[in-house]
Amino acid sequence: MVERGAPPQVSPIRKRLLKSARGLTTPLVPDDYIALMNPMWSTKELRGRIERIQPETPEASTIVIKPAFEWPGHEPGQYLRIGVEIDGRRHWRAYSLTSDPDHPEGLLSITVKHVPEGQMSPHFTRRIEPGAMVFLGGVEGTFGLPDPLPDKLLMISAGSGITPIMSMLRELERRDALADVVHVHSERRPESVIFADLLNGMAERHPGYVRHEHFTESRERLGAAAICELCDDWDERYTLASGPSELLDAITTHWEERGDPERLDMERFQPRIGEGADGAGGTVRFRVTGIEARCDTGVPILAGGEEAGAELQHGCRMGICHTCVGKLAEGRVRDLRTGEVHGEQGEMIRICINAPEGHVEVEL
Amino acid sequence: MTKTMEAHQVESPLARFSDAELEQLAKEFDAIHDEVYDDLGEDDARYIRGVIEFHRRLVVLSRLVLMASRYKPAWVLGTAGLSVAKILENMEIGHNVMHGQWDWMNDPDINSQTWDWDTASPASAWRHSHNYVHHTFTNIRGKDKDLGYEIMRIDPHQPWHPVYLLQPFYNVVLMLFFEWGVALHDLDFDAIRSGEKPLKQVRDELREIATKGVRQALKDYVFFPALSGREWKKTLYANFTANLIRNVWSNAIIFCGHFPDQTYTFTEEETADESRGGWYVRQLTGAANIEGGPLFHVMSGNLGYQVEHHLYPDMPSSRYGQIAPKVRKICEKWGLPYNTGPLRKQWGTVQRTILRLAFPGGRERPKPGAWKEPERQPEPHPRRNGDVDRSTAEGALTPFP
Repeated sequence: MVERGAPPQVSPIRKRLLKSARGLTTPLVPDDYIALMNPMWSTKELRGRIERIQPETPEASTIVIKPAFEWPGHEPGQYLRIGVEIDGRRHWRAYSLTSDPDHPEGLLSITVKHVPEGQMSPHFTRRIEPGAMVFLGGVEGTFGLPDPLPDKLLMISAGSGITPIMSMLRELERRDALADVVHVHSERRPESVIFADLLNGMAERHPGYVRHEHFTESRERLGAAAICELCDDWDERYTLASGPSELLDAITTHWEERGDPERLDMERFQPRIGEGADGAGGTVRFRVTGIEARCDTGVPILAGGEEAGAELQHGCRMGICHTCVGKLAEGRVRDLRTGEVHGEQGEMIRICINAPEGHVEVEL
Repeated sequence: MTKTMEAHQVESPLARFSDAELEQLAKEFDAIHDEVYDDLGEDDARYIRGVIEFHRRLVVLSRLVLMASRYKPAWVLGTAGLSVAKILENMEIGHNVMHGQWDWMNDPDINSQTWDWDTASPASAWRHSHNYVHHTFTNIRGKDKDLGYEIMRIDPHQPWHPVYLLQPFYNVVLMLFFEWGVALHDLDFDAIRSGEKPLKQVRDELREIATKGVRQALKDYVFFPALSGREWKKTLYANFTANLIRNVWSNAIIFCGHFPDQTYTFTEEETADESRGGWYVRQLTGAANIEGGPLFHVMSGNLGYQVEHHLYPDMPSSRYGQIAPKVRKICEKWGLPYNTGPLRKQWGTVQRTILRLAFPGGRERPKPGAWKEPERQPEPHPRRNGDVDRSTAEGALTPFP
C-alpha cells in the first residue's frame, strides 16, 4: 500500500461530526466531499502549503511550509517525511526539519540541497513555487538533544548534515541554553555553508556558542583528530554528530577508543534492520493469492513471501516508504528493527521490516 | 453468424503457434504496455481525478434534487443523476482503480488497496475473486469461476443439470440484483466446499459483506429517504431504481465481456505450462469488445475494450481506445481473431446462449476467425491517425504519441 500523510490534529467536535455524517457518504467519507471545496480542509491526511522559498546557498534552499492543521510539534533533530506530486506521481522523501519546533506562526521548514540527478531535490530547489501543495507525513528519528540538557555540548556537522543541528540550535537559542556549545562544521568552500548568516548571528548574540569551520577545498577531510584539536575538552562534552558515514564511522571509532560512546548521538540518515531480537519466525498466508510462506528467524514477511513466489509491492525494503504495507488479518508480528512484537487485527503493517510471530495472515 | 458449425470442437487458437512464435507475440504485446507506461503522467492523473470529482459533484447534486422527490420532475432528474453517478463510480472508477490501473500515481486515495466502491461487494474479496482468480485463469473451464459464476451453464462443455432449466429465470433475477450476486460470488463457494478457503476467512468475509451491505442499505433506504421528510417513500423508490439501473447496466456490460459467441474457452490441459505469449492469446480470444462512442466507453468503464482490458488489466482504462488499433494490427499480422460487435449483437448472443444451454446439449458457436481490418472508405479529409476506424478512434481521450 502507499504512504499517506500523517493524520492531522482535529478537534474532537469536528471528528464527531465527520464520523456521524459517514452514514450518508459511505463507502466514501465526508472529507472526500469537503475536499471538493478545498483539499486543504480534508482531515484524511495532513497537507501543507509552500509559504516561501529562501535560497540559502547557490545549491540549497529552505522550503517554508504552512501546515493545513496545527503542527503537533517535533523534537529538534527529527526528520519529516514529505510528499510532492511530480508529473502525476506522488513521491516521498525524508528531510530533517530545520525549523524551531515551537515556531510562533506554526510554520515549519526543511532545507534541501540540490542534487542534479535527484528526483525530489531539483523539484524543491528549482521548480516548486509558493502556494504549491505538499503532503506532510510522519515525524521520525531519535537523533536529538538529551533531556535534561548537558552543561557542555559538542556539535559536529558536515555539508547538509547541518540541517538537524540547525533545528537544535534554534531550540537552544529559544530556551536561552546556548551557554557552552562548540560547533565544528565541515564544508567544501565558504560560500556553500548553509545557514552561514544565521549561525554567525547566533555566535554574535551568544558568546557561549563557538563556531569552527573546516573547508575541505583547501584542507584534507575532517577527521576525529582535527575535531579534538579544535575542541580540546571534547571528552567532557555530550556530542551530536551529523554527516556522511565516513565521518561518523571515524568519530565512532575514536569515541569507542578514547571517549564515552554513551555520550555520543549521531544522525546516519539510514536506519538499520536487525538490531532487535529476531524471534522464531513463523508462517504467512497471503489472502489475495492464497500463497503460503514460511519465514525463518529474522526473515521479514516480504522476503519470505517472495521466496514462496508471491509478487509483492515494495520500495525501500527498510521500513521507510510504506509501499509494502498490508492489512494484518490474523496473528502478531515482530518488528525486526526493534524486536518489538505487535499487531492487532486490521492494523496496517510494513511487511519489509516485520516477521511473523507464529502464524500470520495478511490481505495482500 | 448465420450457420451453426457442425463440428463440436472448435480449434483452439493456442494450438497453432510454436513456442518461438508465442515468444515473439509476447514481445509485441509487451511493447504496447511498456510504451503506455512510459508515457503516463500529469494528463492521465488529471483524467481520473476529473472523473472522480465529476462523480462526487453529481452525487451531491442528485441527492439534493431527490430531497424534493415528491415532485415528479425532481424524482426523474435525481434518479437519472444518481444512476449515472453509481454507474460511473462502479465502472470507470471503482473497477479500474481496484485493478491497480492508477496505482502508479502513488496516491493513497486512488489506489487498489484502499478503494471501496458504492456496491454491496466488499473490496478485498472482490480483488481476490476478480483480479486474481478471473484475470489469471480467464476462460479456463473449471478454474475461472466467472464462467457462469458457478450457477449458470454458459459454455456447452459444462455438463447439463436439471437445475439449469431455471437459469433463464434466475438470469433475470441476477440482472436486477447483480451487486448482491457479485458479493456472494466473491465468497467462492467452490473453494469453501473443497476446504481451500479456511472457515475463519469465510467468517471474516461474511461479516464484511454483512457490514458493508447494512451500510449501503442504510444509506440508500433509510438515511437519505429520511432527509426527504414525509415523502420518504419517493426517495426510497428513487434510490432503489438507481441501484436497479446500475445493476442491469453493469450486468449487461460484464456478461458481454466473455459470453458472446465469438469467445473461446480453454481446458486446463491446454493451458498447463502456459507461456506469456500463450497467456496473451488466451486473454485476447477469451474476451469480446463492444463497439460504441466515447460516452458509452466511459459509462462502461472502458469495458467495451474488454479485449484490451484483459491483455493489460493494470493499464489505465482511458488508454485502451488508443492502443486498440495496435492490438488489431497484431491480430491481423498473426491471423488472430479480434472479437468485437455492437452492444445489441453481443448482448443478444449472450442471452441466446443462456436460453439454449438451459437445456441439454448445445454446440460451440462458430468463431469469427482471423481479424481483417475493414477497408476504409475513401475520405475527402485526410485523417491524422492513418488506419484508425471511427468506432475505436473516438474512444481516444488523450493524445498518444
